[in-house]
Amino acid sequence: MDIFIQQIINGLVLGSMYALIALGYTMVYGVLNLINFAHGDILMVGAMVGLSILKLVQQVAPDLPGIVKLIIAIVGAIPVCVIVSLLIERIAYRPLRNAPRLAPLITAIGVSILLQTFAMMIWGRSPLPFPQIMPSTPVNIAGALISPTQIMLLILALAAMIGLVLIVEKTKMGRAMRATAENPRIAGLMGVDANRVIIVTFAIGAALAAIAGVMWAANYSTAQFAMGFVPGLKAFSAAVLGGIGNIYGAMLGGILLGLIESLGAGYIGDLTGNFLGSNYQDIFAFIVLIIVLTLRPSGIMGERVADRA
Amino acid sequence: MALMTFDMKRNPQQARFSLLALLALMIIFPMIAQHFGNSWVRIMDMALLYIMLALGLNVVVGFAGLLDLGYIAFYAIGAYTAGLLASPQFAAVIESFINTYPAIGNFLVWLCGPQIVQNGIHLSLWLIVPISGVLAALFGALLGAPTLKLRGDYLAIVTLGFGEIIRIFMNNLNAPVNITNGPQGINLIDPIRVFGVSLAGEPGSGSMLKVFGMNLPSVNAYYYLFLVLCIFVIFFSSRLQDSRLGRAWVAIREDEIAAKAMGINTRNVKLLAFAMGASFGGVAGAMFGAFQGFVSPESFSLTESIAVLAMVVLGGIGHIPGVVLGGVILAALPEVLRHVVEPLQMAIFGKVWIDAEVLRQLLYGLAMVIIMLTRPAGLWPSPRHEDRPEVDHTKVGTTGEVKA
Repeated sequence: MDIFIQQIINGLVLGSMYALIALGYTMVYGVLNLINFAHGDILMVGAMVGLSILKLVQQVAPDLPGIVKLIIAIVGAIPVCVIVSLLIERIAYRPLRNAPRLAPLITAIGVSILLQTFAMMIWGRSPLPFPQIMPSTPVNIAGALISPTQIMLLILALAAMIGLVLIVEKTKMGRAMRATAENPRIAGLMGVDANRVIIVTFAIGAALAAIAGVMWAANYSTAQFAMGFVPGLKAFSAAVLGGIGNIYGAMLGGILLGLIESLGAGYIGDLTGNFLGSNYQDIFAFIVLIIVLTLRPSGIMGERVADRA
Repeated sequence: MALMTFDMKRNPQQARFSLLALLALMIIFPMIAQHFGNSWVRIMDMALLYIMLALGLNVVVGFAGLLDLGYIAFYAIGAYTAGLLASPQFAAVIESFINTYPAIGNFLVWLCGPQIVQNGIHLSLWLIVPISGVLAALFGALLGAPTLKLRGDYLAIVTLGFGEIIRIFMNNLNAPVNITNGPQGINLIDPIRVFGVSLAGEPGSGSMLKVFGMNLPSVNAYYYLFLVLCIFVIFFSSRLQDSRLGRAWVAIREDEIAAKAMGINTRNVKLLAFAMGASFGGVAGAMFGAFQGFVSPESFSLTESIAVLAMVVLGGIGHIPGVVLGGVILAALPEVLRHVVEPLQMAIFGKVWIDAEVLRQLLYGLAMVIIMLTRPAGLWPSPRHEDRPEVDHTKVGTTGEVKA
């Protein structure tokens, strides 16, 4: 019980980041039927750009409170990520809208590599330290520790998800997005511009990834060109777990996967008699993915795909 | 490409001539490259290994249409098999078992005898190659089994996950029992011995072998060995392509339901695709382990998997000469460019902006994106239309499949 609450909190923190990234995957999949392999690297771009902006702010205005500096970094990272994401869509995905399945997938992998390479060229190969700008004294909740950075992470993630839900449910563009996800052709007949919807989808996904990226770097105090790959993969597993194409599924899947990973890493030593340690943590996401795809491919909140003729 | 064609059906005479010309070129190559230094032959050695890998992946991706992103796992399995069966590592394994699980440890001591407990297992090449091939094939079937109902993107991600799982296991199986020696990897792997002659050269001779009274550098010896293996793999692949199994693969690649309706056992055929592709990777891995003398989990990351995929995609998915071309380009070109580009940058800019590693990555990424956008069938697609996997799969819904 001693580590249980701590792992729950860790899981929630991890899960909210996964949820933010998973939303990007699931929205793009909903409208384009494409897994945006490069999405994890958008996260990385957000983190690196946020880091650079933060360094700049530290030099120019070092007396601002930590929260403000972090917000500035995030606000600065979002447009960059959005632009990169839209460029990718325009150059690499749009020409392949009607191509056979293999082509966009391979292109996405290629784009992912290119993003990492450019990041390698700009920011170098070694991990960069993310400055500790929030106060570092952890808060004690029922015996478990949570740092102010993590609290801010949770708040930001919650705000972002609420914002997204409001956009999707209440605005005209949100309705258009839902319609396109349901049936692109009929949506087109109803006057929905598919290209605009796709652009907005990529943009929102990129913005969420930017937030997640900066917070990820802040949480782990480090950023590197290859940092996006593993979280991206795990977030995809989360999206599948929750039901790909479903926004609420992505949020649920993200939080759930974070909890599974944390609790699993905490207890795996005990469960396997110390044969497997917590360094096997990364495997959980993949095992979850395989189990979900084998047993219930539509995910927790996905609709059962009827066998259409 | 009318000058060099390898299509035996349409133009058998020219194809035979082209093949012989290419063979002659490959045999003479080390003798010429010798004069420019050992590194070129070494580059070709690695390129040959990559070609074997690419051909293996071609079986899975090109023939059967199953996008496998975790292919490097089989390379890793082959390499670690060579590592465990041809180095002092097994002695360390037994010792570690004795320390943590004495029951199993003592059983192993009883089984293996004092010689192995002291020195580890040292099998010969002729045993290691088949063993690693079979072991990799088994893992291929094992890893392929959960993916049978998946298609497209999901299959890619799950195979990627498997690749990562294998790598993580290799990286972490040093506690509580030391099997793979963790991040440090296994070193002191025996070089390959062919008919009693060690291919790493006699000790103290500067990596030179004495063959028929001539002095042969070690890298050249490995080159010829790999060349022979490569030719074998190419032959095997092309016979597979034209066999009933190969036709079955084409059938499930193009339309799985129709294939099932025609009576093809899609489950077995897919498992065979995974297994056979994996076995090529396993053999290549064993060769890699023996060649380098040392294996560690870092060599088997996702980047390598994607590199092999890039070779297949760039060259021509499903077309064996194309895949070989892709392998040569992406394995040798970065090294060639490095010798050109770095001095060039020093001369122009005064410092190196793009170093070899970055260049390699850049090439892979650009290769995949540009090829998919401009020439999706690859640089050298199959001249026969039916061999090209580029049919438009715009079907709606497929029974019982998880379609992405």
